[in-house]
Amino acid sequence: MATVRIPPVLRPKTGGQAEVEVGGSNVGDVLRSLTGDYPDTQEQLFGEDGELNRYVNVYLNDEDVRVLDGLETAVKDGDTVVILPAMAGGAAA
Amino acid sequence: MAIDTKRAQTIEEIEPFEAAEEINGGDVVLIDTREPHEYQEAHLENGKLVPPGLLAEEIENAAPDKSARTILYCRSGNRSAIAAAQLQQLGYENVASMSGGILQWQEQGLPVVSPSGMTPEQRERYSRHTLLPEVGVDGQIKLLNAKVLLLGAGGLGAPTALYLAAAGVGTIGLVDDDVVDASNLQRQVIHNTERIGMAKTASARIFIEGLNPDVKVVEHNGRLDASNILDVISDYDIVVDGADNFPTRYLLNDASVRTRKPVVSASILGFDGQISTFVPFEGPCYRCLYPTPPPAELAPSCSANGVLGVMAGTMGTLQANEVIKLVLGKGEPLIGRLLLYEALGTRFTELKVRRDPDCPICGEHAEEIPESEMGKFPDYDAFCAGAGGDRQSIA
Repeated sequence: MATVRIPPVLRPKTGGQAEVEVGGSNVGDVLRSLTGDYPDTQEQLFGEDGELNRYVNVYLNDEDVRVLDGLETAVKDGDTVVILPAMAGGAAA
Repeated sequence: MAIDTKRAQTIEEIEPFEAAEEINGGDVVLIDTREPHEYQEAHLENGKLVPPGLLAEEIENAAPDKSARTILYCRSGNRSAIAAAQLQQLGYENVASMSGGILQWQEQGLPVVSPSGMTPEQRERYSRHTLLPEVGVDGQIKLLNAKVLLLGAGGLGAPTALYLAAAGVGTIGLVDDDVVDASNLQRQVIHNTERIGMAKTASARIFIEGLNPDVKVVEHNGRLDASNILDVISDYDIVVDGADNFPTRYLLNDASVRTRKPVVSASILGFDGQISTFVPFEGPCYRCLYPTPPPAELAPSCSANGVLGVMAGTMGTLQANEVIKLVLGKGEPLIGRLLLYEALGTRFTELKVRRDPDCPICGEHAEEIPESEMGKFPDYDAFCAGAGGDRQSIA
């Protein structure tokens, strides 16, 4: 099982949970397990072509999966997958 | 006037303004009878250091002519009076002690030399900094000479500005076109209730100038756009990004990469914050991290979503810390690292951010920008259209 860290903007779609435990042998499997458990996250994470949306960054532990093997990146028990969209909250400028 | 010293000798005492007249008239030997560390902080121009304990040994080097007019000074006038009496015993014929010492001299607005580049007031104010080996006098002088632009005088900008001002950052520019609103005060601690309705840049200026007279505040009461950004940022060494919208963040990124200005970037929402430091061509840029802005539903604003007030303080002071490290050239700034802070769990997470070789702005294939294109930027509102980047007026 891997831990998926849910960004604040997606938490309404995971019942308010900031972390979710899901199974999967690679990053794609883990994310598909997540969207299986919480279908409302599907369209935020994946495009219609099944690829990750470009505005969603995904990290395995502290490394961007784009520099690893993308959705094919192997996930071990106890790994953390971080989902990270950009945030712009701050001050008007 | 004449006074009696402990040795019951009569010496001449003169006021600082009298000493200044004589010094300006020339042909005066000026002796500083304090310790070396005091002299190092500040002394009178052409004052020669002869510490009290070394008077007998060193005075003849400093003042070989015993008939010459010799004026002594110290901190407040006591040590110089005693030294004057000693010089008379040694055969000096025309000695005076300056009453009130360098303290009174400075109180009267007369000039001193500060070899360190800092005034005595600054040495006192920044003493807890200069005690740190990583800062020291040299580092403090770097801070005093630093020019930092804050994008936003709101949630993130307020605490950043407070600590940068307290640290003695010599020039702080503030970009904001908003006025202080009651709903800001839960987190924007640089403003206050009395200043509701005032321009945020003006309100922040009042606080900063009250905190530290060493800081020059430059107000940019407006918004950054493609027409003014290069002019505005060109005057600064470092930019602190606390903007509330994606078009401004992408615009700042593209302009700062072109002009090679480091940007300390943070954002906050709810109980979450993120921060990174983008140093062009040394590490990734904002576009390497976020090539595409998210759609609106994934990018709510603080005004729509809410934000814990203290989050602004936590992330804003982390930004100030990054700025200070960049100015000092010390420590490890968050270059190539994105720090996430989740306040409900009190959890920090660090992620690696790498330069994207395909980044259109700083990547291998980014085109060299000719001078004629420097001030031209894409339409960021269109780039972010449909995204949460619609400009919002409230942080």
